[in-house]
Amino acid sequence: MEEILKVEKLTKRYEDITVLENVSFSVKKGEVLVIVGPSGCGKSTLLRCINGLEDIQDGKVSIEGKTGMVFQSYELFPHMTVLQNLMLAPLKVQKRDKGEVMKEAEQLLERVGLSSKKNNYPRQLSGGQKQRVAIVRALIMHPEVLLFDEVTAALDPEMVREVLDVILDLATQHKTMLIVTHEMNFARAIADRVIFLEGGSIMEDTTPEEFFDAPRSERAKRFLSTFEYKKKE
Amino acid sequence: MGFEVLFKGKNMVRLLQGLGVALQISLISVAISIVLGLILGMLMSLKKPFINLVSRVYLEIVRIMPQMVLLFIVFFGYTKLTGRNISAESSSLIVFSFWGTAEMADLVRGCMAGIPKIQYESSRALGLSRLQTYIYVIIPQIVRRLLPLSINLITRMIKTTSLIMMIGIVEVLKVGQQIIEANRKSSPHAAFGVFATIFLLYFIACWPISCLAKYLEKKLA
Repeated sequence: MEEILKVEKLTKRYEDITVLENVSFSVKKGEVLVIVGPSGCGKSTLLRCINGLEDIQDGKVSIEGKTGMVFQSYELFPHMTVLQNLMLAPLKVQKRDKGEVMKEAEQLLERVGLSSKKNNYPRQLSGGQKQRVAIVRALIMHPEVLLFDEVTAALDPEMVREVLDVILDLATQHKTMLIVTHEMNFARAIADRVIFLEGGSIMEDTTPEEFFDAPRSERAKRFLSTFEYKKKE
Repeated sequence: MGFEVLFKGKNMVRLLQGLGVALQISLISVAISIVLGLILGMLMSLKKPFINLVSRVYLEIVRIMPQMVLLFIVFFGYTKLTGRNISAESSSLIVFSFWGTAEMADLVRGCMAGIPKIQYESSRALGLSRLQTYIYVIIPQIVRRLLPLSINLITRMIKTTSLIMMIGIVEVLKVGQQIIEANRKSSPHAAFGVFATIFLLYFIACWPISCLAKYLEKKLA
C-alpha cells in the first residue's frame, strides 16, 4: 500500500533542549498508528511537528494531502454554535458550497450521536460531546491523515468511552490515523502499529500484540508495568 | 422640600443643559479612549519590551493620580508652561481621554491575554489563515468580552465628569450649586431638592447604560 506520511530524521529542539531526535517512520494509507510513551517523551510535539504547528530543526516531514488534528481540550470556538464551528473552515478555507457542507455536517453529527446539539454552544455541551464535535470538525475537512493528541486526557472517566468509540468507528472506515494516548486498552484495540517513544527517540516500532505482550526493550517493559496494579504482599 | 426652585424660571432647563455638557464631554472622551485604547492594548499584547515599559509607566500614573489632580495639572500647568490659554473643555477632554485610554488599553490587553493559545492553534490546524483566524475567531471573542467592560467605563466617565466644575465648567453639579446660591433666601431648603434631582438625572443617564452592559454580559458570555 502507498505511504501517505513519511517522517525522516526529524529533530526538534527548543533552544538547548532536544525534544525529538532523529525520528523516522512512515504511515500507510488506512493505517492506525498509536504513539505511546511516558509524559514529556515528545509524543505531542511529534504530532505538532507533523501538522506544522512547530518548526523543525532537522529532517523532513512529507504528507500526501492535508492533516486534521484534534487536541486535548478547549479547542471549539466558544462564540459559535456546533454547526458554525463545523462549517467555518469548509466555507472559508475550502470555499465549498454552503448547502453541501451543512448536509455533510448534519450527517456527521448524526453519526456521532449529536444531531440534537447542532444549534447549541460549546459551553452547553459536556466534555465528551465537545470532543466528539471537535473530531467531526476535523473530519469534515476531509483530511488524508487524522492526528489525535490525547483527546481523552482532560475528560471525566465516564466520558472517555463515547469519544474512543467514535475513533474506533473511524478505524473501521479505514481512516489513516496517528493517535497519541494514555489509554492502553484502547491503544491495543485500535492500533495496527505501535510506536514507543522515550526521550525523544523511537524505542520500538512494532505490532500491538508484540508491544503489549512481549516488549523487547527494558524501557517499554518498565513503561507498561506502570499501568499494572498488584496488591502488595 | 426645596423642589419648588426647579420650577422657577429656566432652572430645570439649565440643569438639563448642565447634564448635556457632562454627557458631551464624557461621550467624546469615551470615543477617543476606545480608539486609542484598542490600538494601545493591541500594541501591549505584542509584548515588546519598550512598549511594555512605556505603557506600564503610563498605566501606573493613571492608576495612582486622582483625576482631579490630572485636571489641575493640565488646566493650570499648560498655561504656566506655554504661556498660552487652554480652555477648560479641552483640558477635560485631554484628561478624560488620557485616563480612558489607559483603562481601555488594559481591558483590551486583558481580553487578548484571556484567549487561550489553543484557539489560535486549532484555527491553524483547520487551515485558517492568520487574517481569517483574527476575523472569525479571535476578534469576535475579544469584542464579546470587551463590550460590557467598555460600557461600564462609559458610566464611570459620566460620573467622574462631576469633577470638571473644579476647573470652571458649568456642568450639572455647578448649575445645581448656582441655583441653590441664587435662591438661598427664598428657598432655604433648595439644596435637598436640587441635589435629589441631580441624583435622579445621573441615574437616568447611567442606569440604562449599566443595564445594557449587564444584558450584553449575559447574552455574550
